[in-house]
Amino acid sequence: MIKHFLARQHLDQLFSVLSNAGYQVVGPTVKDNAIVFTELSHVEQLPWGRQEIAKPGHYQLTDTSTNRCFAWNTGPQGLKPWLFKPEQPLWQAEQTEQGLCFRQASIEAHPIAVIGLRGCDLAALKLQDQHFLQGPYPDPYYQAQREQLFIIAVNCAQSAETCFCVSTGDGPEATHSFDLVLDELEEGYLMGCGSEQGQAIFQQLTLGPQVSKDQLHTAQKQLADASQQQRQMPDEDSLLKLTENLEHPQWQDVADRCLACGNCTLVCPTCFCSKQESTSDIKLQQAEQVRLWDSCFSEQHGYIAGKLFRPEIRHRYRQWLLHKLANWQQQYGRSGCVGCGRCISWCPVGIDLVAEAQILVKGTPHEPTDR
Amino acid sequence: MNQPIASFVPLTTTLMDKHQESPGIFTLYLKLNTSAPFNFSFGQFNMLYLFGLGEVAISIMGWRNNLLLHTIRAVGRVTQPLVQLEPGQQLGLRGPFGYGWPLEQTKGKDIVFITAGLGCAPVVAAINHTVEHKQHYGRIVILQGVKHHNDLLWQTQYDHWQNTGNCQVLLAASEEYKHRYKWRLGMVTELLNFAEFDTENCAVLMCGPEIMMLAALKQLAKLHVADEAVYLSLERNFQCGQASCGHCQLGPFFVCKDGPVFHYPTVKPWFGLSGI
Amino acid sequence: MPPSKLAIAIHKLTSCSGCQLAFLNQGVVLLDLLNKVEIKHFIEGGINNFSAEVDIAFVEGSISTPEDLERAQHIRQHSKLVVSIGACATSGGIQALRNLSDENWLQAVYAKPEFVSSLQHSTGVAEHIKVDFELWGCPITIQQMNHFIQQLLLGSKPKPSGEKLCMDCKRQQQVCVLVTQQAPCLGPVVRTGCGALCPTFGRACYGCFGPSEQPNCDSLANQFAGLGLVSVEVAQRFAAIHSHSQPFRDQFHRWQTIHAKEVE
Repeated sequence: MIKHFLARQHLDQLFSVLSNAGYQVVGPTVKDNAIVFTELSHVEQLPWGRQEIAKPGHYQLTDTSTNRCFAWNTGPQGLKPWLFKPEQPLWQAEQTEQGLCFRQASIEAHPIAVIGLRGCDLAALKLQDQHFLQGPYPDPYYQAQREQLFIIAVNCAQSAETCFCVSTGDGPEATHSFDLVLDELEEGYLMGCGSEQGQAIFQQLTLGPQVSKDQLHTAQKQLADASQQQRQMPDEDSLLKLTENLEHPQWQDVADRCLACGNCTLVCPTCFCSKQESTSDIKLQQAEQVRLWDSCFSEQHGYIAGKLFRPEIRHRYRQWLLHKLANWQQQYGRSGCVGCGRCISWCPVGIDLVAEAQILVKGTPHEPTDR
Repeated sequence: MNQPIASFVPLTTTLMDKHQESPGIFTLYLKLNTSAPFNFSFGQFNMLYLFGLGEVAISIMGWRNNLLLHTIRAVGRVTQPLVQLEPGQQLGLRGPFGYGWPLEQTKGKDIVFITAGLGCAPVVAAINHTVEHKQHYGRIVILQGVKHHNDLLWQTQYDHWQNTGNCQVLLAASEEYKHRYKWRLGMVTELLNFAEFDTENCAVLMCGPEIMMLAALKQLAKLHVADEAVYLSLERNFQCGQASCGHCQLGPFFVCKDGPVFHYPTVKPWFGLSGI
Repeated sequence: MPPSKLAIAIHKLTSCSGCQLAFLNQGVVLLDLLNKVEIKHFIEGGINNFSAEVDIAFVEGSISTPEDLERAQHIRQHSKLVVSIGACATSGGIQALRNLSDENWLQAVYAKPEFVSSLQHSTGVAEHIKVDFELWGCPITIQQMNHFIQQLLLGSKPKPSGEKLCMDCKRQQQVCVLVTQQAPCLGPVVRTGCGALCPTFGRACYGCFGPSEQPNCDSLANQFAGLGLVSVEVAQRFAAIHSHSQPFRDQFHRWQTIHAKEVE
């Protein structure tokens, strides 16, 4: 990929070019002590000189000595809420003189350009695309926004303590699904194109000549630094062993700590569970069906006709891990974990997915499975 | 898989008639507000929507005189008011979803139906179909187990099925104190010992509590019936019917899309495990 | 579906009367509601007919006095459905804090304690009479109340939900205050219903809607201790609005015991 140099002072051009092309820019900013993706109007809103310290059950922002705006790795959410909305009206029912009428809820989508997505975020996007678009029933709400999405990815120049994308094969470099990609250097940005739409934006920017060998080297060095990660998810073949260790005592060990609060699943960029709720107005004339983010940690998730299929917390943690790391492979051709580490830092009690998986893939003295 | 007549937004459906099968169990006769054909296979299900209260997954009972039949047991917060609807009232419908019974692939074989509990609609629909087309099948054996003989829902049907000639109907009541001419005491699985069918050329179609199906599978293994001959209909929490909401997962399967009827060897590694 | 209007009563036992405002604060929706229900008894709304026969009796307040108990039994006899509303009616409320104390506060507070007639414990209504549905919250919300009535008018009770506050908090994309601020947020063990009000304003949840489904209070309390709360502070986190609910009461006693051992 040919990369061009964009001086730091020209980053605001990117915002105005995108805006002129009809996109609402969405990107990272500091809000409530975290890096949060929101609608942005100017570059000053980016998290200049900020970085996260992420550990199990811990996330704090700190100042860096640099003047970079992408010195962080992840916030509590990536792209998921922009496409798979936490609360999505599906359809309305109305009692009319002609009888009961149904109509699909209005589809609200507009062109957005999301800046700052990482390799892990893009891997998650690919998986969510598979789930919501490539099955027998493409989701119209997801699809509408997906079709109006422009992506400016960023290669990670560092890793947080909770990152393990190298072991899942999803980072730290953004290699697919983007329109533009950036490497952030001290003096500015190296920009590459990944699509025709990207090219159209690219051509309107004041870019320097082709980047120097030194700059390319620095970018490579940054990626190499970011690849030095402390955590490693076991490989996919090993993860399949989870299905053989259903009675591993570690499931109960985790369950003693696990709050079953669902935070891990709701910050996970690939988790897709939802539930439906029905309401009506008090006149009983207009009713609505709404889809809400749900979690396999909720008691009602496995409920049917007075029976809970997964009554205990250990069953639910097991369901989450088995699905995410093992059964996902059969459903979507790869593990559902992209190595972003969000479930680790945003678990209120700091349960470390990688540490648990490493224990759980190792067999135990054989115990008969409870049938 | 049949293309749903309504997949995402429900189709308005009018209740035309209602028939009480037993205390708490009703068959609804529904007219779909569409001229499009409703293609389904037995064992598939629809999502029925009751205004403001929500949707519930109900297996398809049949299609008669241009009306769709659903037999519903009134046990839940949606099904109870659902069966109280009066003819002329309307509801919503999405479906049909999932895979049904392999009634084509099993032609030429003896068919064994095993069911337990109150009125297992998915299997009754398949029984009716095979009995109507009995010339395509070998012997038809129907085994049903219940707690009390009063729970034997299809009282008039049993005689009808038996009298068609090829059907062997065996009924068992586990909590009765006295044997009567029509049913035996004990579990449905014990009936397998009395069932007359070709264990090497049969298809076993099962639906009911998982614990019953597990017991039946053990008994079938003893009789040297191959796993490949067995099909199961499973129940899970269906909210979308489109393999999207994630609730109905069983191991790697979305029961709403990959089932609810499964070829047993497919789900064997996951079937009957506790807490899965 | 019930064709005619539902007859309802709104009763009050020992409480602050705040939950009853869920009826009065509805604005114009109240007019629509009154086309569907007939209010037979509602002192706060000026209708007094305590013994009216009703379809639904909404009961606010805890069983705190011998009179409360008598009234609750009377209400049960005259109502098809009894619905307890609010923290007091569901778990004894703030006033149940007295259940946790061995000391004789009555003597300390009142000049003539012999005139105060109250039961030793303040308890929820369901500990004494059969309750058909509970609306948790301090106070309950208009939405909760209307959803209940609307579902009942349609023929069913609402779907029961003990969903955790975190679920609602994350749907609103609030940033976790426990993780970023080490704030002792009760969200992971508390029932949703308030709309994650406190975390939305950067504050830790203190549990207005009571314990959630399967609350793992042991683990959360251990985490609070790990964040630097001393034992007595951990105990106090669980001794607030729903101190008499079993999971919170157990946790309070657990940390009081730990505290007592530390003092020794």
